Amino acid sequence: MVKPADVTDNDWEQEVLKSDLPVLVDFWAPWCGPCRMVAPIVEELADEYQGKVRFYKLNTDDNVEVASKYGIRSIPTLMVFKAGENVDTLIGFRPKSDLKRSLEKALV
Amino acid sequence: MPEGAPREYDIVIIGGGPAGLAAGLYAARGMHRTVLLEKGVVGGQISLTELVENYPGVPSVNGFDLAQTMLKQAESYGMETEYAAIAGVEEAGKKWRVRSDGGAITAKALIVTSGAEYDRLGVPGEERLTGRGVSYCATCDAAFFKGQEVAVVGGGDAAMDEGLFTTRFAAKVTVIHRRDSLRASRILQERAFANEKMEFAWNTVVEEILGENEVSGLRLRNVATSEERTMAVAAAFIFIGQHPNTDFMRGVAAMDGAGHILVDDWMATERPGLFAAGDVRQNSARQVASSVGDGVTAAIAADHYISDNFPD
Repeated sequence: MVKPADVTDNDWEQEVLKSDLPVLVDFWAPWCGPCRMVAPIVEELADEYQGKVRFYKLNTDDNVEVASKYGIRSIPTLMVFKAGENVDTLIGFRPKSDLKRSLEKALV
Repeated sequence: MPEGAPREYDIVIIGGGPAGLAAGLYAARGMHRTVLLEKGVVGGQISLTELVENYPGVPSVNGFDLAQTMLKQAESYGMETEYAAIAGVEEAGKKWRVRSDGGAITAKALIVTSGAEYDRLGVPGEERLTGRGVSYCATCDAAFFKGQEVAVVGGGDAAMDEGLFTTRFAAKVTVIHRRDSLRASRILQERAFANEKMEFAWNTVVEEILGENEVSGLRLRNVATSEERTMAVAAAFIFIGQHPNTDFMRGVAAMDGAGHILVDDWMATERPGLFAAGDVRQNSARQVASSVGDGVTAAIAADHYISDNFPD
């Protein structure tokens, strides 16, 4: 089972922007209830899309730089990146089918 | 959508808020094969509530944690949980059939506990800036506005509760309310008035939410004087009421004009085997405790209904 890895302000560029595969980033914080519901779904997807998409979690309390750069004003927010570019943003709790749709688009 | 024969249950519950979780606990303990369908987050509105302080026997608890405890309790007696959105509900002979994106389910009794959703203001800028400063959940989003000035729209319990929570982060919280007094309970009013970060704009409505890529302010109108003004804020937290999630029940159960399902004292609709409990029903007190009571009543009524109509 592949679990989403933590990404920080420091390794953001290397891990997310320079990734050879599409990337999904789960912006979360420990105090956020709905984030705790999204996390297991993201974990399932990380398993299903192993080798096709990289999955990361970014704690918005500890990594203010990235969170504010991307204008995060609500969590959970999921962002999909492809070749360093933010190609899709899903704000709030979404069902797994929505997330899959977004990933499939990024894989085209 | 998965095809094939519908899966058979005794009781199907639509909606995993306090009413549905309580109904599930009683249904499962009554030895009924029970499934609860939830489209989003178990707990419903309380999963977004920082503190529940009025559920008897529990002095103070985080809403998400309370919901998870209720879920585990019901599941420990055999209730199944399925995360799926409802596509339709119809009678199937003596039973009820529920179609969802998880497939079809038939059951001897159906308990609808799909709760209520927050109302939108319906003003320009609101939809475009949702998640970019427009929020319906302060406990989710307030932390992104540390040291900034924000607005809370509404004058009820939810507005005060979430406004008070927001003062932990924001420099100033202005409550925008269309009347000249609050509807919130006395204890919350007192806390709000005593909080030095909270200010009040009375007789005021929001005409527009301003901002390019994030909220920068609000265009306001005083309903008494018709005077307009702009207020610079980084966020607008909106708590102006709610409406029942009953669109999928139109044509199936009788409703009032607002979409609340009509039930009797046993949470029974006029259709055999169909029950509704919690915020979806007419005249709900809209509290965690009253919803739990409704859910329990509905499960007991469903149990009686099944023994009377499906003798083994």
